Amino acid sequence: MPLFVPVSFPPSERDQKADIISTVEFNYSGELLATGDKGGRVVIFQREQESKNRPSSRGEYNVYSTFQSHEPEFDYLKSLEIEEKINKIRWLPQQNAAHFLLSANDKTIKLWKISERDKRAEGYNLKDEDGRLRDPFRITTLRVSLSHLFQWHFELQVQPVKVPVLMPMDLMVEASPRRIFANAHTYHINSISVNSDYETYLSADDLRINLWHLEITDRSFSILYAISDVPLPILLKHVLPYIVDIKPANMEELTEVITAAECHPHQCNVFVYSSSKGTIRLCDMRAAALCDRHSKFFEEPEDPSSRSFFSEIISSISDVKFSHSGRYMMTRDYLSVKVWDLNMENRPVETYQVHEYLRSKLCSLYENDCIFDKFECCWNGSDSAIMTGSYNNFFRMFDRNTRRDITLEASRENSKPRAMLKPRKVCTGGKRKKDEISVDSLDFNKKILHTAWHPKENVIAVAATNNLYIFQDKLN
Amino acid sequence: MSGEVEASTEEQQEMQDTVVSPEKAEEAKLKARYPHLGTRPGGSDLLRKRLQKGQKYFDSGDYNMAKAKMKNKQLPTAAAEKTEITGDHIPTPQDLPQRKQSLVASKLAV
Repeated sequence: MPLFVPVSFPPSERDQKADIISTVEFNYSGELLATGDKGGRVVIFQREQESKNRPSSRGEYNVYSTFQSHEPEFDYLKSLEIEEKINKIRWLPQQNAAHFLLSANDKTIKLWKISERDKRAEGYNLKDEDGRLRDPFRITTLRVSLSHLFQWHFELQVQPVKVPVLMPMDLMVEASPRRIFANAHTYHINSISVNSDYETYLSADDLRINLWHLEITDRSFSILYAISDVPLPILLKHVLPYIVDIKPANMEELTEVITAAECHPHQCNVFVYSSSKGTIRLCDMRAAALCDRHSKFFEEPEDPSSRSFFSEIISSISDVKFSHSGRYMMTRDYLSVKVWDLNMENRPVETYQVHEYLRSKLCSLYENDCIFDKFECCWNGSDSAIMTGSYNNFFRMFDRNTRRDITLEASRENSKPRAMLKPRKVCTGGKRKKDEISVDSLDFNKKILHTAWHPKENVIAVAATNNLYIFQDKLN
Repeated sequence: MSGEVEASTEEQQEMQDTVVSPEKAEEAKLKARYPHLGTRPGGSDLLRKRLQKGQKYFDSGDYNMAKAKMKNKQLPTAAAEKTEITGDHIPTPQDLPQRKQSLVASKLAV
């Protein structure tokens, strides 16, 4: 288990109105870290490169770009407010100098291009000294006159157009929306996931999953691949608007909603979606245009005698993530994290208890709505460890190989730069030891719902309400 | 006589559950506070509440007023309250009931 210390970048001194962070995501190289917040803003941090001049700043993440991604809207048809809160950000793999990411609120997904500009063209002479555009015909003129010697006299008046020169300027980072994918979700978007073909992505709401082509915004597609096994070229069919649709004919019969969805990291035809009943369905887009018949169905059998009013609620899966290898997937429900082998549908291969002591508090957690909190989970780059958040600004890490786990806290008091994070412990009953915290003194308003792990290194980002903490491995 | 015996068997079962499962104990606590919970038929209220997240406004005018946080929010909605008092004087704005937020019914509502 790596030992984590806060990166010397301190939690930013955000004012009280600073918004709650609603999503955190590293890009594919880990050089950039994007956060979305409740106010519809996206803030991108960039890792400072190692330099001999400032060795202490190695690994610091500094603000790279900030932009307003979504604005609040009003749905006139339903008289409902559409929140500008960013639910999810997903990066596209970098293919040129610019960076691209998808950001989604409840209803609309936008593709943003983030590009750098460090040069400016200077030396244009298209304007007069007083700012008026020069008449292009006057810039280069050929005057012909007849001299008194009856000889044609050519006079070339040339004010040549100057070729501008590129001069260095202070780095400017610009974000511009390149695509807007709108009007495709009746319900609230909970997930977006970029496909491994880097051309399509899926978006999921409570009842439906859409598949989009990144180039085409006016409709989403269900995609059928050509009969051969070669994934390209893709045969697009406007057959059905959704690839998954679980809306019942009679809404009163609704028993289950989609809670999360993700594309397989390598197989571009495979995706999974989780439900509020604790089940996961794996679908293969080659099988049918509408993936209403799953290829695989993952569910852990439940002991019927232990069933209670809370059983279904706490089994609702709040996040599903494939491992980087593509062999496993991880699900987060209210009290635990489970690792599933894609080849075994009848039970998970590993189960980790996040905060089992809350089982005896379910009544009050139901009353204060905390039981509906949606925690996310993430893998480290090598899939050997997993991380998820809890209450009281605690977050938990599990080492899959050694089966050891640790509880850490993201708070200002405990975040002195370069001081190692101290493990925390919750006391579940009986005598409370020094430094332990009793279950009753946990602050349920301090919840860590969003965490992210650098794709290659032991650097983690933890969002604690409206503060972002970045920790890295001391051993590096 | 037999009724008493049955009651005590149920009590014993509940006590056993309490000892066995903290979850069941919590459920009992919840049912004690909200006896009507879970007895209503037809789909899950929780699911429906989840599908319609977000505050519902009467119309866009209502939305804009709420956004501007005008004091006129005190005016009543179109639907009259059942306990509306038809009184003996013409009401002034201070007498009118405060407008309720048009939220989806609380999960605890009967």
